[in-house]
Amino acid sequence: MTGARVEMRAAGDRHTGEPVLRLDEVTKIYPGATPVVALDKASFTIRQGELVAIVGPSGSGKSTLLQVMGTLDRPTSGTVRIVGEDVATMSDRALAGLRATRIGFVFQQFFLAEHATALENVADGLLYSGARNGARVAAAATALGRVGLGHRLDHRPSQLSGGERQRVAIARALVGNPAIVLADEPTGNLDSVSGTAIFTLLTELNTEGATIIMITHDRELAARLPRRIEVLDGRIVADVTVPERPLPVEPQRPSPFEPQRPLPVERRLP
Amino acid sequence: MITTAPRRLHPADLARTASVGLRTRRTRAALSALGIAIGVAAMVAVLGLSASSQAGLLAEIDKLGTNLLTVTPGQTMMGGDATLPLDAPAMIARIGPVETVQHTGKTKSNAYRSPYIPSFNTNALTVRAASLDLPAAVRTSLAQGGYLNAATAGRPVAVLGSAAASRLGIARIHPGMRIWVGGMWFYVAGILNPATLTPEIDSSVLVGYPAARKYLHFDGHPSMVYVRAQTDQVEAVYKVLAATANPQNAGEVSVSRPSAALVARAAAQSALSGLFLGLGAVALLVGGIGVANTMVISVLERRSEIGLRRSLGATKGHIRLQFLSEAILLAALGGAAGVAMGVIATAIYANVKEWATVVPPLAWGGGLGAAVAIGAVAGLLPALRAARMQPTEALRTV
Ligand SMILES: Nc1ncnc2c1ncn2[C@@H]1O[C@H](COP(=O)(O)OP(=O)(O)OP(=O)(O)O)[C@@H](O)[C@H]1O
Ligand SMILES: [Mg+2]
Repeated sequence: MTGARVEMRAAGDRHTGEPVLRLDEVTKIYPGATPVVALDKASFTIRQGELVAIVGPSGSGKSTLLQVMGTLDRPTSGTVRIVGEDVATMSDRALAGLRATRIGFVFQQFFLAEHATALENVADGLLYSGARNGARVAAAATALGRVGLGHRLDHRPSQLSGGERQRVAIARALVGNPAIVLADEPTGNLDSVSGTAIFTLLTELNTEGATIIMITHDRELAARLPRRIEVLDGRIVADVTVPERPLPVEPQRPSPFEPQRPLPVERRLP
Repeated sequence: MITTAPRRLHPADLARTASVGLRTRRTRAALSALGIAIGVAAMVAVLGLSASSQAGLLAEIDKLGTNLLTVTPGQTMMGGDATLPLDAPAMIARIGPVETVQHTGKTKSNAYRSPYIPSFNTNALTVRAASLDLPAAVRTSLAQGGYLNAATAGRPVAVLGSAAASRLGIARIHPGMRIWVGGMWFYVAGILNPATLTPEIDSSVLVGYPAARKYLHFDGHPSMVYVRAQTDQVEAVYKVLAATANPQNAGEVSVSRPSAALVARAAAQSALSGLFLGLGAVALLVGGIGVANTMVISVLERRSEIGLRRSLGATKGHIRLQFLSEAILLAALGGAAGVAMGVIATAIYANVKEWATVVPPLAWGGGLGAAVAIGAVAGLLPALRAARMQPTEALRTV
């Protein structure tokens, strides 16, 4: 298993990677006086190492899609497979284990604990993984350094800017070195400079092997990603892959963050 | 293959997650713990105070000695008043483990402050002939003056019990002070301190045996024999006393152990505290409801935290345990504070009363245990509710 993961992380060509996420005719209906069909027979496959944008107007079902992909919600019908395994057949405990070690979430509202420091917030990303406190804190410090917040470890969320908080949330999603990162509007609340910085960070993480799926309103941003899934009224209306075009992330421009170090392999969980 | 079984949290991590609510909402936590604290404090203080007062009483009884036995004439077969033989004290003194024998004999005379007091105004005083070492045997002493001695025993001289002195209106004695006993003047030689074990002496006017015979028409029969036995032989002496005092009619003798009655009274006193204990339990229950209320609000307020934890991989069990632990922690902190408050209250009161401070383990252990149990019960429903929450439902706030 460990060997397989190392191989997955090292995948060079993102289009030949293993399928990590596969949706088949996934429908999600919110019950109520007037039931809402938030997802309508959505089907697609996402492979190891892909960088995917999910775009669509407000209320089209993007967040619902993200929650279903992240096993936070079960579809009304259809199947969700993670690395080939049908989520419907898995127990709540098994799904929790999956989320603890294989899926990282970045929420639009950050959901940071106000009473805890940036370091503690990020370390809590590993709380349920079984790692000891020392290892969690060390990994959190590394992850915060990775997102350019090495100098803000002991700051509380209230002492951080919006962009910094967003980066803490991203560090928390990454700290366990998850196979899949699901980010809901990670640049939504930010000005364009911070937004671009976050975007650059996510694309860099992808280059290092993480599968990243991000929801965005920003069509310009989405156009710069290799694959774009468009959602409208719960249906997948377009799935555009741009295999030839290299990532137009202005490679000459220096990163707005600290010099980057590759994620150390020993950061992986036991 | 891809699944990783969820891990149980390390105890330190559990403690940290369980105390999040307490650390972030201190005032609310303190207030809801206060309810538990007051309930536990009330219970600990009630149990502690009754145990301490009991200990104080028992210590006092111990000081008076539990080896005192009294022999009194009972009833004859015909229902009349029996008498003890004249030689009963001497016979009793011959029992091996008996250390001291002292006795009094009730006379039919009355005592008055002066001849001008109406004769029906007896003040419920009894005039008794008394042996010469009585005060030591009943562990009392002289408040003023002196006791009867071989010389004064045959003269019209009296010693007053503490209650007798105050009923006669005598606060201080002076040389030549007299009281009117059986139609003649008796000089007052002394006043006794209270005799806790033998209250009948307090309300007595004591005169010597020869004087009683000579001036008060006393027949010389003892009506109360005070026996001090070796402490480890008290039971054995008790058994043979009646037959020894009156070999002909052992059934007409009644024997008792005054300290036993006091011990029984000490035990009965602690039963009175049941009411206060009940009040403490009610306070504890109300405190438990406070904790439950706090937890219900906490779960509602912290929905996004719950959702976040679920997205980070917490199982339902993790969430349930976190909130249950928080409730128990809250109640246990309240309980610990309550035990401290109860012990302090007990110590202060016991000190004032000069008792030893006794807080039975049942009181503080039970108080703490009750607090934890109440916390667990109070936290159960909120914890179950938190665990049942769907991750998406929990994250839909803001
Ligand atoms: N818990 C719910 N109960 C009922 N309806 C819901 C629920 N959650 C979402 N919906 C509805 O489902 C539809 C899709 O919602 P979703 O949050 O997925 O949209 P979205 O694409 O993320 O929108 P936005 O871009 O504004 O975040 C919406 O019409 C919404 O009203
Ligand atoms: Mg949304």
